[in-house]
Amino acid sequence: MTALFAAESVTKHFGGLTAVNKVTFTLDDGIASIIGPNGAGKTTLFNVFTGLYRPDEGSVSFRGQPLVGLRPDEITALGICRTFQNIRLFANMTAAENVLVGMHARIRLGLYDVLTRGPRFTAAEHGLWQRAAALLERVGLRGKANDVARNLPYGEQRRLELARALASEPSLLLLDEPTAGMTQAEAVTLMALLRRLVGELQLAIVLIEHNMRVVMEVSDRVTVLDHGEKIAEGPPRDVQADARVIEAYLGRRASSAPRAGA
Amino acid sequence: MSRMLAAVAGVALTSGAVALFPRSILVFLLFQGSLLYAYVAPIPGRLRAALIGVSLLVLMPVIGTYNGYYMEVATQVGIFVALALGLNIVVGLAGLLDLGYVAFFAVGAYSWAIFGSPHGNVLFGGGFPLPAWWFYPFLVVGLVVAAGTGILLGLPVLRLRGDYLAIVTLGFGEVIRVLANNLDKPINVTNGPRGITPISRPPLPLEVSYSIGFYFLVLLIVVVVILVNRRLEDSHIGRAWEAMREDQLAAQVMGVPLVRAKLLAFACGASFAGVMGVVFSAKQVFINPESFTFLESIGVLAMVILGGMGSIPGAIVGATVVTVLNLQVLKGLSLWLNELKNAGVTILGYNLAGLPTQLEPAKYERMIFGLILVLMMIFRPQGIFPARRRQRELGDR
Repeated sequence: MTALFAAESVTKHFGGLTAVNKVTFTLDDGIASIIGPNGAGKTTLFNVFTGLYRPDEGSVSFRGQPLVGLRPDEITALGICRTFQNIRLFANMTAAENVLVGMHARIRLGLYDVLTRGPRFTAAEHGLWQRAAALLERVGLRGKANDVARNLPYGEQRRLELARALASEPSLLLLDEPTAGMTQAEAVTLMALLRRLVGELQLAIVLIEHNMRVVMEVSDRVTVLDHGEKIAEGPPRDVQADARVIEAYLGRRASSAPRAGA
Repeated sequence: MSRMLAAVAGVALTSGAVALFPRSILVFLLFQGSLLYAYVAPIPGRLRAALIGVSLLVLMPVIGTYNGYYMEVATQVGIFVALALGLNIVVGLAGLLDLGYVAFFAVGAYSWAIFGSPHGNVLFGGGFPLPAWWFYPFLVVGLVVAAGTGILLGLPVLRLRGDYLAIVTLGFGEVIRVLANNLDKPINVTNGPRGITPISRPPLPLEVSYSIGFYFLVLLIVVVVILVNRRLEDSHIGRAWEAMREDQLAAQVMGVPLVRAKLLAFACGASFAGVMGVVFSAKQVFINPESFTFLESIGVLAMVILGGMGSIPGAIVGATVVTVLNLQVLKGLSLWLNELKNAGVTILGYNLAGLPTQLEPAKYERMIFGLILVLMMIFRPQGIFPARRRQRELGDR
């Protein structure tokens, strides 16, 4: 059986820098976390997964279909969506409109429908707004539908980004530091929400996270990157105890020798 | 309540005043101002629709019988409203700065000019001009040709944004103008700088004077353009355009196919200009490349920015204000200053008659226009009528 999502020895260079080096990553269900120090190549990996970067080597596939060479919007249409580390909402549009844009890949209406505005269009548009309202409610933004995204507080912007990504009905959700800037309590609430989503929507989630408490609690599996290479993978507990992981985060004892690529 | 009264009384009084003083630009401006007030003021939608409807369908044509020039002004306003709405899609919604927009206007204009005038004989032998009723099918031809040109421009600039896009579109606009200027040889397509004339005017089914009938034709087209614009804006297509403007990369990751969305924006924007180009060439009877200069593109852009980017009412108001400013206010002002000069009026001990010719009031037109734009951008950068987010009651629509 093919995995839901499989990346085989993905490599990405930027000039002389190898941002991601032969990383293999597969996921079938549940929540997997990717952790690692700053500059480890986590976001680059996400960018490769979602088609923003083309890998120099390796392959990425989703339900057995190769993704390398597809455009980001095509990948979204297949069922992979993501959020961004530095929030990238459509700042001057309302929360509801942000979510509606997320549905774009699922809308089966053409220019003709838009211009004639027949019953098919009206019904479809009505359904879209209903679904947007439901999604906003789900992430706890009820009553904020008409607020312009720019005016929402930081935590709500993060949740709106999540709702927007969910709007594309993904089977795989990639979240780039979803709890950044949140308090511990907010982060815990968000993780509970993610857990629920995994159960309710048959959703697989990949998290990039720095909040270790969150990572250890919510993940089924943790992958550790350092300098673009996968240095450990496994259940949270095992990874926590891994000597190379500890070294990557805390540095080698009594060692100041610079490493290649650092 | 008082606002409703004010709106009704304003329109009624000023339209009456125009009938009394058909030569006074000031009174006509007051009439336009009262229309603007009715359009903007917080009054019930039905009253607004009724006031605007009566003004445009009844009062304006009646005023036109008192002073024919006002009909010309209204027709021009209509043409520029459609142009501004088209550019508003490209610049305001999709965020693609297009400095060569007038090229599509030119393409539309030439498509009817060539086939609707004897000039067609030079190209195709005989049988031209086509019968005047062909004007109506040519509205569609102009639309299609301009939309095609829009896609043609869109394809090479897909990867460009911001300043780079602006420069390329500017160049494109110039290319079209220069082509129009030079395509009189080896095959005489455009008749070069001499232009094409006489271009057939469409037969009108109304029993009114031709300029009033033509005004109604333009009004009808503008209403259709506004309707199309609103439907596009309030749909997934419009939302995709706006998302692209806000954050192109995020839009693509959310599933917006950038290539298609951009080409559609260029094609839609261009198609309005194409239709109005056909109308323009029929109205003018004569066109030459001089009508499609870079300055025209900038003028339309100024309308969009002045009105408020991405806002349909903004584009309408912006186009009206700039056109009236150009045709009436600035012209009127320079005429008045000239009269003062000729009469030898003395201001602050200085006799205006002694003014050197370099400082002739007629030459202030552009300067004052520029000054207004500068002041506008300083004090109200979001435009007269900035885009407002649609507020929706969710769940129980």
